[in-house]
Amino acid sequence: MIQLPRLRAKCYDRIELIHRPDVHRIYLDHNATTPPAPDVVDRMAAALRDEFGNPSSVHHFGQRAKAALDEARAAVAALIGADPSEVVFTSGGTESDNFAIRGAAEAIEVTGRRHVLTTGIEHEAVVNTVKALGRRGWRTTVLAVDQTGIVDPEAVEAAIDDTTSVVSVMHANNEIGTIQPVAEIARRVRARGVVVHTDAVQSVGKIPVDVKALGVDLLSLSAHKFYGPKGVGALWIRRGLRLTPLLAGGRHERGRRAGTENVTGIIGMGVAARLAAAHLRDEATRLSGLRDRLEEGVLRAVTGTAINGARAPRVPNTTNISFDRIEAESLLIALDLQGIAVSTGSACSSGTLEPSHVLRAMGLPPHRTQNSIRFSLGAATTEADVDRVIAVLPEVVEKLRGLSRVPARA
Amino acid sequence: MRVVVAMSGGVDSSVAAALLQEQGHEVIGLSMQLYDHRGDQPFGSCCSIDDLHDARRVAASRGFPHYTVNFERQFQETVVANFVGEYAAGRTPIPCAHCNSDLKFATLVDRALGLGAPVVATGHYARVDRGEDGRWRLRRGVDRGKDQSYFLFSLTQAQLAHAAFPVGGLTKEEVREHARRLELRVADKPDSQEICFVPGGDYASFVADRMPDAPRAGAIVDMAGRTLGSHDGVHRFTIGQRKGLGVSAPAPLYVLRIDADSGRVTVGPRDALAQATLTASDVNWIGGEPPAGWVPVTAQIRHRHQAAPGRVRALPDTRAEFVFDVPQAAITPGQAVVFYDDDVVIGGGWIANAR
Repeated sequence: MIQLPRLRAKCYDRIELIHRPDVHRIYLDHNATTPPAPDVVDRMAAALRDEFGNPSSVHHFGQRAKAALDEARAAVAALIGADPSEVVFTSGGTESDNFAIRGAAEAIEVTGRRHVLTTGIEHEAVVNTVKALGRRGWRTTVLAVDQTGIVDPEAVEAAIDDTTSVVSVMHANNEIGTIQPVAEIARRVRARGVVVHTDAVQSVGKIPVDVKALGVDLLSLSAHKFYGPKGVGALWIRRGLRLTPLLAGGRHERGRRAGTENVTGIIGMGVAARLAAAHLRDEATRLSGLRDRLEEGVLRAVTGTAINGARAPRVPNTTNISFDRIEAESLLIALDLQGIAVSTGSACSSGTLEPSHVLRAMGLPPHRTQNSIRFSLGAATTEADVDRVIAVLPEVVEKLRGLSRVPARA
Repeated sequence: MRVVVAMSGGVDSSVAAALLQEQGHEVIGLSMQLYDHRGDQPFGSCCSIDDLHDARRVAASRGFPHYTVNFERQFQETVVANFVGEYAAGRTPIPCAHCNSDLKFATLVDRALGLGAPVVATGHYARVDRGEDGRWRLRRGVDRGKDQSYFLFSLTQAQLAHAAFPVGGLTKEEVREHARRLELRVADKPDSQEICFVPGGDYASFVADRMPDAPRAGAIVDMAGRTLGSHDGVHRFTIGQRKGLGVSAPAPLYVLRIDADSGRVTVGPRDALAQATLTASDVNWIGGEPPAGWVPVTAQIRHRHQAAPGRVRALPDTRAEFVFDVPQAAITPGQAVVFYDDDVVIGGGWIANAR
């Protein structure tokens, strides 16, 4: 476990500042973001002060920042079984996805390959990057997934041809947590000259991720999904693969990502990567136990519930549950008022909720794409938290279903 | 008490929320997203993404929770569809009243109850209280210049039992003073004027773009039936309209009647606009039951109309007939007619026709 007592304390101290300090808050939205681990916070505070130098500078201050950068790069590389020289730091998962797909598609364009393929359950960063290429004349394919939420590797293979340049399939899905057969997809299509990218933002830190075992060419990760800071991520680029950079500028990150490095953020990511590697297996066991407890408890305590994606392999911390005759939006708000933070669908610009495109891609009927809630557990989650959710849910759901009415005011 | 406050991001609902909180209630701010803000269509000033930000920031500054809920689909299906359909049928709709009745109170009360809140508050200038018979009453706001009870005529007893209008007893200036005292960032925000979903106030193009059928073109005729000109769609006209008729005459001409079936638009002099009798449909009687026989009331036939005396009686099928003591200009089908006893709303409905 990642120093649970300290993490809990810090996490809740901060959350309680917002409102209603009397409410004991349970954070079950770790797929949205995680609270930075105390070690991360401490190291970053020191880094802001002490490693302020520009890593490109020749003098002592620059060297010191550069050394911290190298250390962080080694830690991130170790977490995913990569060589440090293959890791490029970015501003986060979205930039990594953009860079991977656009950078590869544009670099390969000269060979005449102008077809990119992805799936219907990807994060918007991938979906919209592929769409943007489509508007610029690339042929694009978006594959559906089956009812369990899994992409069929055979279908991927069948959908590519000699013009295909990039295939992008996420590793773990953010909404339902299903783990995609990325290794098998890579095995089938790389031999045909296709570059394979995987968005591993939701799997890194939750399950072992090894770039060699996956056999892909490009892998995106984001620090704040594994107890690091926001605004920093990385793209792993297989050695020898050339990408067209997104940004014009200096020769930072071996000429692959211009702009003075986010030194403090990168240092934080390095600490988070080290913690994740050290605690990965224990945490996975602990969280899958809690997740199973939550699922069993909810299915037992609340009528008209079903787990989405339960028949596929999943990351250990995530469950997505549909509640019959409930609008997910209302359930989310009702739970928040009870101090339980969960999520649903994808948030858009104003923070409202929309039908889940992931559940839609799985072929679920419309009502089930609008009544599902994601619970994503993490380092701060305890058995008591899970039991409280199971205890609170039946009454909340009953009220929303209109089974127990609130009296009018006097 | 836990109270859900429908927050538009304007000064009225912001003050409503802050005052309730100040009175010790547990306030939950709710804003409705009514259309897709990611599109590139420039929308009007009300309920835009800036307004949602304003609502959220007011809630944050006062320290109560705020949520934006997605009503895009319902808004399209009810308010926008009705707006387009009414113009296409030669009537002049008021979407704000439909939004209140078909969307806000129809859904927010249920949502609030689901969240354990027995009260939904809005920033409307209107008052709700209980009469001697124990029934809920809807009354005009204290600030007559800002009164919005006209837009709320469709509220039922069940809805009024859960409704609160915290600024209804205040004047607009008092509301702004409260906003300044509470240091709300929206204290000096201008009132919204145009219909929120029509960019630039160009109703005709908005409607034409969304009509299921081609615009109903036709003739512009005088009261004797003589053709004076032609037009390319009845949705461009409203009763009492003088500009944009495209016909020249020695004296000003006004739109008197719009017949969507034939496409015929009848025009005439100003004094021909006056009519005394109207029929209303989908009438809601706030007390719960329609009155027996003719009842003397005052009636307001549009937002800015000075309510005028007359008598009303209920007709079958939730309709009503109303006769003004003195004929009124431009009784416009599609607008609401709201009946008052002094400042108490007796009921109201949609103007179907006038004669």
